[in-house]
Amino acid sequence: MSELDHGKYPEDRILSLKEKLICRDLQILTLQSILGEPHHYSYPSVFVYGHTATGKTYVTETLLKTLKFPHVIVNCVECFSSRMLFEQILNQLQGHSLSFKNEYTSCLQSNTFNEFVLLYKQLVHKQNLHNQTVYIVLDKAERLREMDSNLLPGFLRFQELAEENATVIFLSEIVWEKFRPGTGCFEPLILHFPDYNKADLQKILSQDHPPEFSADFYATYINILLGVFYPVCRDLKELRHLAALNFPKFCEPVQRGDAKEEDTRRLWRNIEPHLKKAMETVYLREISSSQWERLQQEDKEGEHLKGLSIHAHVELPFYSKFLLIAAYLSSYNPARTDKRFFSKYHGKIKKTSFLKKHEKTSNHLLGPKPFPLDRLLAIFYSIVDCRVTPTANIFSQITSLVALQLLTHVGHDDQLNGPKYKCTTSLDFITAVARTVNFDIVRYLYDFL
Amino acid sequence: MILRARFCHHFPGKPFGLEAQYKNLMDLLKQTAVQGESNSVLIVGPRGVGKTMLLKSVLSELMEMKYIKENLLQVHLNGLLQTDDKIALKEITRQLQLENVVGDKVFGSFAENLAFLLEALKKGNRSNSRPVLFILDEFDLFAHHKNQTLLYNLLDVAQSAQTPVAVVGLTCRLDVLELLEKRVKSRFSHRQIHLLNTFGFQQYVEMFQQQLALPKEFPDERFAQEWNRNIQSLCKEKMVEDILQKHFNSSKDFRSLHMVLMLTLSHVTVSNPNIQPTDLLAASKQYMMDSKANLLHGLSVLEFCLIIAMKHLNSIYEGEPFNFEMVYNEFQNFIQRTSHSMHKFKKSVVLKAFEHLQQLELVKPMDGASVRTQKEYQLVKLLLDKSQIMDALQKYPQCPTDVHLWAASSLE
Repeated sequence: MSELDHGKYPEDRILSLKEKLICRDLQILTLQSILGEPHHYSYPSVFVYGHTATGKTYVTETLLKTLKFPHVIVNCVECFSSRMLFEQILNQLQGHSLSFKNEYTSCLQSNTFNEFVLLYKQLVHKQNLHNQTVYIVLDKAERLREMDSNLLPGFLRFQELAEENATVIFLSEIVWEKFRPGTGCFEPLILHFPDYNKADLQKILSQDHPPEFSADFYATYINILLGVFYPVCRDLKELRHLAALNFPKFCEPVQRGDAKEEDTRRLWRNIEPHLKKAMETVYLREISSSQWERLQQEDKEGEHLKGLSIHAHVELPFYSKFLLIAAYLSSYNPARTDKRFFSKYHGKIKKTSFLKKHEKTSNHLLGPKPFPLDRLLAIFYSIVDCRVTPTANIFSQITSLVALQLLTHVGHDDQLNGPKYKCTTSLDFITAVARTVNFDIVRYLYDFL
Repeated sequence: MILRARFCHHFPGKPFGLEAQYKNLMDLLKQTAVQGESNSVLIVGPRGVGKTMLLKSVLSELMEMKYIKENLLQVHLNGLLQTDDKIALKEITRQLQLENVVGDKVFGSFAENLAFLLEALKKGNRSNSRPVLFILDEFDLFAHHKNQTLLYNLLDVAQSAQTPVAVVGLTCRLDVLELLEKRVKSRFSHRQIHLLNTFGFQQYVEMFQQQLALPKEFPDERFAQEWNRNIQSLCKEKMVEDILQKHFNSSKDFRSLHMVLMLTLSHVTVSNPNIQPTDLLAASKQYMMDSKANLLHGLSVLEFCLIIAMKHLNSIYEGEPFNFEMVYNEFQNFIQRTSHSMHKFKKSVVLKAFEHLQQLELVKPMDGASVRTQKEYQLVKLLLDKSQIMDALQKYPQCPTDVHLWAASSLE
């Protein structure tokens, strides 16, 4: 029989694979039948895509390791230049590792794809691999698009270029359509790793239950956890992390003796608000995981600790505060309303017609608009009560606000003559700043009239 | 094993339906090899039409002649590998094994190298020097080199009475001549061989059968006969024909056929030694899968809600770009309308979901300057079609009913 023989693999190896990789039977089978046996030709390039944490890397790696195929796994994020990518592949193929002894130099140097292919051929012959398929796995392959333009098409037809039995496997989160270069290329075999559904997640997460509790107990916990987090997050890594973090809180009543393991309702009532809080804090990395653990141990309420975003308050000099407020007002108010807001004798404007809004959507939806420097200064003088002389200090404060990324410079063609700015602070931030200088900013905002 | 090699490695086989082009190229190369004429030719055709296969089969037939085998020198260059003239020149000297090459190391600067090479080529004349065959794969990439020096020199040698050379370029761009500079273009012989898929569906089915059939040299003769008979009966099935028709309509090239066949073959095992029509159906489904729908299927409910909100924004403002605040506002409207508070999330949680969508490149930022504006106000565009979203919604597992209704209520 010339085609695929699964029977030739030792049965136990396949079984152990299936044990290690749950809920991925179909993918394992497809990949394996495509890879075939070592001396078979395999497809030149295989493109595997799927969501974050669907086991793309894990399945590929375990499969290649258990079947003992010669393979190289390279992460494209690490290799920010093509030279590093080539050298890492060659190093791994030779079993050469960078260390202190060899002063972190690679054994072979290749600057261009041409040299790489030549060296690869030599190396494969030296290692006696030419009657086997060598697998080159490129993880996070979306980075390849930003590297040299010949890299991606080159790797796609690597088998043809190197005239060796090689298969390149691309792993990515992004669909193949976004990879295709302008003039086309060799089309890879596309495989999809589907997301885990709820039952799969439950099964996988229930696997790592602590030995001191029963499996059912842990499964209930996972079920509750998924009930809270599943609508928001399907990332297995994140869920697993959250499960590990919040478990001590869950089993607390049991340890104290308040509830039995079967008392699901009570346990649920205990943990649910806790998990909701976790979503607002730990999930967004407002509070770090270690802080969260400490809080649980000390039995404090989760809100006690202020998260990262609370610390956003910045202490600024007096004039800088007013400059920032003026910038915010000129970013979010249309210029035609300036006269009404800031001039004492604004002539006769009917209040009703002024209040009639012309825009359908408010400016806080559309975002800040750019304004010229003159307008910023005009508003600044009208909101500051005392007399301010336009010294170099004032102007340098404006540029330092730009450096702090509270303002941005729009269109950097002209630095001196009439530059334009945008205010990039949030409403909460600016109201906090305005409160410190006793300025009621909401009264001056067009959106809130 | 044999079939694997055929699908994956693209062995030089007999070109299909390209007899005229085959003869044309054959004559041309023979003239260079035997009579010492200098020629240049471009083989143009879409991807996967068999340009390399044609060339390889012509070359292998040429090499069978003893005189040519001893005489002809071949230089293979690929636009993907030799990205500039310097590398290409080194590669030429390496492949020609010229005198200044010791081992595999080439010394001398670019200018010296070029001068040396040109000298070597110029010294020869029609009668007593060996002909050289230059094969330039991905010819259009060579035209992007600076000043097109390499192309100019190669074609110049081919023009003037020096060493007989044949320059064969393979490209998939039909407008490749527009890329060439005037002086390069004038030296090119303007001989083009176009390869186009000009066969009908009946031939496509024949091709399918021929590709799957086992050859006569197969060791186990009985099995081969049985296999081939099975393939023949397979081709007559209505279902198989329908699938093939579908593939034929989407593209005519053989690579996609090979891919489908490869996927089909992966279903064949010891317990299931013959190809069933259902195997082909499964493979074709796998091949035709819409990848974006797959990605949408894996999104969380919150992310899907955001996509629907974006779809609504798109239909209200007719494809204008939008920012996160607008999407959030739309989403908030939806939550206020529905009575129960199942989808009540903090704004930052929603922002995280939005960023995940950006990471998956379902949403594309309008301008690259991401540092300059806050992420809430960055203008983005949705890269999904309305029908794609609705289809994905139908297939979405355990979709809440109110989300369903909200998505359908776009026309207000």
